[in-house]
Amino acid sequence: MSKINCYKFRIIKDYIARFLVYLSLTLALIPIISILYEVVQRSVFVINLDFFINSAPTVGEKGGGIANAIQGTLITISLASIIGTPIGLMSGVFLSEYSEYKLSLIVRFFSDVLSGIPSIVIGVFAYALIVRSIGFSVIAAAFALAIIMIPIITRTTEEALKIVPLSLREAAIALGVPRWKTVIAIVLRSARKAVTTGILLSIARIAGESAPILVTMGYWRWWFEGLDRPVANLALNVFVFAMSPFENWIALAWGSAFLLILLVLWISIAVRVLTKGRY
Amino acid sequence: MAPKFEIEDLNAWFNSKQVLKNINMKIEEKAVTAIIGPSGCGKTTFIRCLNRMHEATPGARVSGKVLFNGVNIYDNGVDPVMIRRKIGMVFQKPNPFPMMSIYDNVAAGLKLNGVRDKKTLDVVVRRSLELANLWDEVKYELNNSGASLSGGQQQRLCIARALAVEPEVLLMDESCSALDPIATAKIEILIRKLAENYTIVIVTHNMQQAARVSDYTAFLYLGKLIEYGPTKQIFENPKHELTEKYLTGEFG
Repeated sequence: MSKINCYKFRIIKDYIARFLVYLSLTLALIPIISILYEVVQRSVFVINLDFFINSAPTVGEKGGGIANAIQGTLITISLASIIGTPIGLMSGVFLSEYSEYKLSLIVRFFSDVLSGIPSIVIGVFAYALIVRSIGFSVIAAAFALAIIMIPIITRTTEEALKIVPLSLREAAIALGVPRWKTVIAIVLRSARKAVTTGILLSIARIAGESAPILVTMGYWRWWFEGLDRPVANLALNVFVFAMSPFENWIALAWGSAFLLILLVLWISIAVRVLTKGRY
Repeated sequence: MAPKFEIEDLNAWFNSKQVLKNINMKIEEKAVTAIIGPSGCGKTTFIRCLNRMHEATPGARVSGKVLFNGVNIYDNGVDPVMIRRKIGMVFQKPNPFPMMSIYDNVAAGLKLNGVRDKKTLDVVVRRSLELANLWDEVKYELNNSGASLSGGQQQRLCIARALAVEPEVLLMDESCSALDPIATAKIEILIRKLAENYTIVIVTHNMQQAARVSDYTAFLYLGKLIEYGPTKQIFENPKHELTEKYLTGEFG
């Protein structure tokens, strides 16, 4: 008799636990769904051809688009990736493949510290280093974003390379292949998907950064004019347009937000496809 | 015939733990030498000292001389990369490169060292696979992944890969221990065939295997070389009490 009661009690506990899990899931989904719903609902009517081919409107001008911000964001992200990816990649290789050097402990420690520094502080650092000499510019912004990328790429590369079995490295070394070639042709090649994932995740991370952009190039409403000049930016579009009193500007802010979400979503999907859902 | 290897006062350490103690022996050319002994006696470390793989492990250290064709491979001016091209190695577990095809696995050693010519590679791949008794089984699927083969085939693929860079010596570290008896028999036949042109050193904890395939046998115990001689003599008439006890299964 008591055994049967005990069994019922277990069923009840199971129900309670299941209820709590579903409740948490719902609570976690509410903000995501409502943000997506709100953004999509408010931006669908502004997204048309004009939105993609026109640049920011002036005061009083009707319509307008965000083409200049798309251009600026792509330039900034590409430049940041060009600076940040090789440094992050090579640091990750160093930490994983040359860990016998004492220096790797120091590099790993500072890389962890760097990943914890608020992005505005990195922006101020770029300001002091670059903006003060050449002015507000896309190169300063890309530099700041690259610094944000580096520790992310370093860490994910290190983790990705450590998963590659030691036996593959030994197989190559025993064939008389120099160590650096083993690292490139065997280790990096085996881990290329996970390494690419890390790079994509870091790009997703910097795509929506606004604080370091604000202090390194500020808001810019025109097209690209050179690496020593600012460019427009989607995240800052959201900030500046949303604060404005003009209806069409506010609509553009929602549109920019929607595009940013789409960009990050696209990167996440690419990561999923690359890793078949492991991250 | 001059010995291929002359090992003089070889000591090896992992950090502070000494795993090889004062080994002195000569390894004959174009013969199969088997290293036997209980687990942890230093067999694997010993053959990893012969192609300078031991030092690739962090914390590993070596002292003494290993003369290969009369040249000490631990001399200052010697490049370990060149040594490893002359002295190939096959590992305990088959380790083909999983992202490469069968063809690319065999060609890997040459390709990674800069050989691009397709004709040369074709010839080497075919010759190496034939040498490893694998050609007939894979000749129609050279573009399949190396990981698609069975364990025994993978191990012969690794042998072909090692042979492709034209070494003079093949070191085999318990290369049959992960295989079934039929795959093992194929590799043993292969070892005998290769011994006509190559110097082969195998590590095994299978005494019957040592008796079957080797010309010379060395018995290691606790990092020391206890007895070394022609396989027939070691198995039929061991001079040392420890060797006899090990061979009769009193410990191991």
